[in-house]
Amino acid sequence: MIDVLIIGGGIAGLETACSLQDLGYETVIVEKEKTIGGHLNDWDTLFPTHRSAAEVLEHYTEETRKRALTIYLNTYVISIKKQNDGIFEVQTSRDVVFHCKSVVLASGYQLFNAERKEEYGYKIYDNVLTSADLEKRLKNLQGEFTTPTGVTPKRIAFIHCVGSRDEKSGNHYCSKLCCVTAVKQAIHMKQLCPQADVFCCYMDLRMYGPGFEEMYREAQEKYHVQFIRGRLSEVAENANGSLQLKVEDTLAARPSRLQVDMLVLMVGMETAKSTELFAQSCGLECASNRFVKTKDHHIGSNQTNVDGIFTAGASIGPLSVFDTVNHAKSAAFAVNDYLKAMK
Amino acid sequence: MNLEGKKQIWSSYQKDIAEDNYYYARSCIRQNFYPASEVTFLRILREELGKNIFDDPNHTTCTGIGYHSDIVPFDTIQTVIARHFALMTEAGLENIAISCVTSFGMYTEILDLWEHFPEQLEKIREYLYKATKREFNVPKNIAHTSDIIYKFREEIAQKAKYKLINKETGEPLRVVEHIGCHYAKMFPTKGVGGAEFPQVLSGMIESWGGNVVDYPERRHCCGFGFRNYLIQANRGYSVSNTKKKLESMKPFKPDFIVANCPGCAMFMDKWQYTLAEMEGVTYDENGYGIPVLTYEEMAGLVLGYNPWDLGLQTHQVQCESLLDKIGIEYDPKAKYLDKNGNQLPIPESPMNLKV
Amino acid sequence: MRNFGFSTTKSRTIDYEKIDNRLIRYVLENEPTFNACLSCGSCTAICSAGNLTSFNIRRLSLQIRLGELEHAHEELDKCMLCGKCLLECPRGINTRNVIMLMKKGLYMIEHESKENNDR
Repeated sequence: MIDVLIIGGGIAGLETACSLQDLGYETVIVEKEKTIGGHLNDWDTLFPTHRSAAEVLEHYTEETRKRALTIYLNTYVISIKKQNDGIFEVQTSRDVVFHCKSVVLASGYQLFNAERKEEYGYKIYDNVLTSADLEKRLKNLQGEFTTPTGVTPKRIAFIHCVGSRDEKSGNHYCSKLCCVTAVKQAIHMKQLCPQADVFCCYMDLRMYGPGFEEMYREAQEKYHVQFIRGRLSEVAENANGSLQLKVEDTLAARPSRLQVDMLVLMVGMETAKSTELFAQSCGLECASNRFVKTKDHHIGSNQTNVDGIFTAGASIGPLSVFDTVNHAKSAAFAVNDYLKAMK
Repeated sequence: MNLEGKKQIWSSYQKDIAEDNYYYARSCIRQNFYPASEVTFLRILREELGKNIFDDPNHTTCTGIGYHSDIVPFDTIQTVIARHFALMTEAGLENIAISCVTSFGMYTEILDLWEHFPEQLEKIREYLYKATKREFNVPKNIAHTSDIIYKFREEIAQKAKYKLINKETGEPLRVVEHIGCHYAKMFPTKGVGGAEFPQVLSGMIESWGGNVVDYPERRHCCGFGFRNYLIQANRGYSVSNTKKKLESMKPFKPDFIVANCPGCAMFMDKWQYTLAEMEGVTYDENGYGIPVLTYEEMAGLVLGYNPWDLGLQTHQVQCESLLDKIGIEYDPKAKYLDKNGNQLPIPESPMNLKV
Repeated sequence: MRNFGFSTTKSRTIDYEKIDNRLIRYVLENEPTFNACLSCGSCTAICSAGNLTSFNIRRLSLQIRLGELEHAHEELDKCMLCGKCLLECPRGINTRNVIMLMKKGLYMIEHESKENNDR
């Protein structure tokens, strides 16, 4: 009998699995992709230190290897059923049915699909990217940085809150990491293209974590990133392929027109489609933001309304790498308490 | 520009447009400013497409202009529109084809309101009955007349005599499409292609050989704005909006503008004259201005109708440069002849806008 | 040109392509802390001059960032250089020096354009 089945092989799942294995439990990870690491695979650098995402990934690969964790790749969960004896039956896309004493949802998040903001012209105008596209571009960068149409950018704008705090997109909540990611990427762009003017258009700046405010200040003072308080309303393309943005400068109380060579949409985080599906199968409660609802916001953030099902990482809402690792560690302790009480 | 991205959006905004048997709801101002557009619409539907459409002499204004200018109360316009539905019902028809974008917006909005507040519908039924003894069914299908031309664009293309192609260069013409605000901005799902990248006119342009110009101020209002134009002192706002659009499209060197809204066609056309006279500016390279067509006029040209039968001589910006580009044959001497061949007075030439 | 009884309206839109950045550039070069302004308004809330006149240091800063210099001279004259804003600023911006640099920079710009005109 497996002690813990962990759904998701991103850093949340890996961290939880490592900690539980160290506590002596038999763990299994199921991961829907062909490789472990989740979204970290697609990211170039991490805030607030600009350290390489690959480094963090290497750490987890190494820890996983050392412990010889059991991981099923290319496997996704179809349903979770709690039997009368308290044992969970987990059906997967392979012909394997797992039986386990507890389940950890480390299924993370998915990025907002920017095509849903039709007025921003993503996938229509070539020089409109998402924050994730930019990370990929930076990760694979060889030589000089250019926009998708091959121009050395003279003006770049970052748009905060794309698909966040936006009821028209169905997402009323703040994704909280996009602000600091924008600041990080803005600095990165200034380092690569020092001659470029870089703008961040924001509604609120939420520099909530350690080192974030410092980074913001560095962006202002050292890199002269310009922060415009106002939300983008519309994008159009000029004859030369540059983009025209309409943003109110809300501090000046006037509309403004910004011509840029590249536009970066800071896409927010949404609950993973798969999480929603298997949450339904086992009666898991979700919050109004569609992420899994924690049993107790303050002192039980790994527990859910179903005894024996736990959460680790961004399945409960947008979390940074820092938050995720901590939440995953605490998930291991919560599972440990549960399994000990079971004996 | 990636057309695939637009197609993705278009695919999620396709609406049901009736196949045949329409009740025609005319526009007030189109009949005055571009009088042949509606005649051409009827001609295309009846003669080219073999459709049944009822042009009812009892149909009146929808009072939309009065409503948007705070003159006509909401209950009144609802009752007027209910009367149109009664006329449609009495004619044994279920599909309404609306010529004006403001009317289309009003009809759509009122039907949506009645759906959410059925007691309001009952109240209006009572008002109409008290006033006229008429009863009505709400239409099964409601379409703007540009939707109908859009629906049958390929049939028109098959009968086309001309294409929207520059005869000299063989290049597609650069066409600015302008969609009336009330067509899809209030209810994006009620317009073909939605509100951000409407397909209704660009679909016609592409089917008939032209290229659509997507310029930065494409979605900006033409400047009509009802109150902003009815009062002379306010007209500066109206003309400034049009100017913003014209300035934005100028670098793309458009060959012509096509609009699906009576007000838009009128203002984008006539304000070019006003701007030329007031400020000495024109927005084409040669000082003639950019011709503005309605979609029926565009369809009529493609089908090889006589430009003077299409009423192009009633436009402010003259169309000959466009006719020459496409290679359309026309008789310059017939431009100001009435239907019996008598010479009409020739309009005075503007100071700055060449004709 | 013809008069129709109305005229076009000048656009109120801020056009970042056309901003006159001479003054803001001068101030930022000489007082880089000014980059860190958050527009929180604590300077304006405490301002002695602002309590009695329309002087608003936050608004003025913003106007200068947008290159609107028409009223800057007259506005700057309202400041009494008491330095209370300096005590208050949460980002440690030397606001007093910012005001002095604005005055100096503006003098240079006005002088320069006068010289150009005299030439």
